[in-house]
Amino acid sequence: MHVPPPDDVTAGWWDATREHRYTLQTCGSCGHVQHPPRALCTACSSMVDLGFVEASGHGVVDTFTVVHRSPVPGAAAPYTIARIRLTEGPFVLSTLEGQDWRIGDPVRVGWLDLDDGRALPVFHR
Amino acid sequence: MTGVAIVGAAECDLGSTGKSTLTLQTQAVTRALADAGLTLADVDGLATTGVSRFSTTQLAEYLGQQPRWVDSTFVGGSAAEMMVARATQAIDAGQASTVVISFASNQRSARSRSLGGIVEEHTPEAQFEAPYGPLYPLSYYAMAAQQYFHRYGGTREKLAEIAVAAREWALLNPAAFRYDAGPLTVDDVLAAPMVSSPLTVADCCLVTDGGGAVVLTTLDRARDLRHPPVRVLGYGERSTNTSMTAVEDLTVTGARESGREAFARAGITPADVDVLEVYDSFTITAALSIEALGFCGPGEVLDFIQDGRIRPGGELALDTSGGGLSYCHPGQYGVLLLVEAVRQLRGEAGARQVPDARVAVAHGTGGILSTHATVVLGVR
Repeated sequence: MHVPPPDDVTAGWWDATREHRYTLQTCGSCGHVQHPPRALCTACSSMVDLGFVEASGHGVVDTFTVVHRSPVPGAAAPYTIARIRLTEGPFVLSTLEGQDWRIGDPVRVGWLDLDDGRALPVFHR
Repeated sequence: MTGVAIVGAAECDLGSTGKSTLTLQTQAVTRALADAGLTLADVDGLATTGVSRFSTTQLAEYLGQQPRWVDSTFVGGSAAEMMVARATQAIDAGQASTVVISFASNQRSARSRSLGGIVEEHTPEAQFEAPYGPLYPLSYYAMAAQQYFHRYGGTREKLAEIAVAAREWALLNPAAFRYDAGPLTVDDVLAAPMVSSPLTVADCCLVTDGGGAVVLTTLDRARDLRHPPVRVLGYGERSTNTSMTAVEDLTVTGARESGREAFARAGITPADVDVLEVYDSFTITAALSIEALGFCGPGEVLDFIQDGRIRPGGELALDTSGGGLSYCHPGQYGVLLLVEAVRQLRGEAGARQVPDARVAVAHGTGGILSTHATVVLGVR
């Protein structure tokens, strides 16, 4: 699996995944929670008070699709991709383990360890 | 209303051509100019995408031009509609007098399209979305369809009507890739191989070579040219997202705002539209666009399109060339929406001509419901 290296803004988020901690970027000025991490708060434009706060790792399936042809030659299909609305508000993309998913199903985070020590969050029932 | 008109429109070779992108671009530009009764010597503005990193500069040099005005707005399938707005403003402002907007690709011959799309390593999507293996753009449209079905009780059967109707139109268009393919049924669409649920291969546009161009100039000059001027009555646009996780509600697209602005500028409502050309990259793309543009109410489109309403002879003439689904899809299909709208307004559409068409709307959609641009055109 190819996951590009972090950059200056996303390094903190990826560092937490090494300890299987699911974090979200949070604005200390206005309290806004956003994902993916950015150099500014999209709610109040602050660039100084952004930090990573431990998140619940819980959410619900906003919508999903079962992919029957993988874009990566040789990779196994079918598999399920979902938009998940996290309890804290932001949407994230993830594969979903298992089958027969429905919109509204609750999910929680699990981890797929990467070769470089980081971990990719993968949601499940 | 603006003081600008489209005076030329043409396709390049379509289908499986074996030609280079620049050859197809050259065909599109020169044929559209010939249609207008003009030559490259009359052109002082050029707009295109999909040629190279400096798309319009590249094409201009290839054609031996040093334009006064260029535009390479790179927003996928709505680019040509946005370029109509920019070109109209440039002509109204006197920065250019005659502009050609073109697009062409040889993606079928070159086998250059991949299921996962193009992911740029430095973007947030590369770190946070691409690792999960979504098909790009298909999986996003699939998730929009899934959410729409869930919200409003829609079905794959009802959505399939978009593809079925597109085929009916294509059977009337000798230039269509599926002209000789015979009718498509709802059962055909449902039985086609599933790619990203709930969308099958038959919910997806073609992958072909092709493209086209349109020529714009001042209304004053247009009156001296060979065809009745097709006036640019209005335009509007919205950019909403590049990722799959930015938009709150996948059932409502930026077409709502782009359409509202374009219709207000033109002084029309959906009831005034005789021909509606919307980008049908997927069946759901067209359905969401019809609804967001206000041709029906929220949650109504899958019922609205039934009973032949969008087929030839129906109440709403939709995607009259056969669309990206059955006519031609070179990627960034927006320019071909304009070409077909012009032909309908001039009464040149042969067996698929919509009687007495006076107002046409071309609505482009780019990326993953990312960019939305609406153009209102009219004659008389």
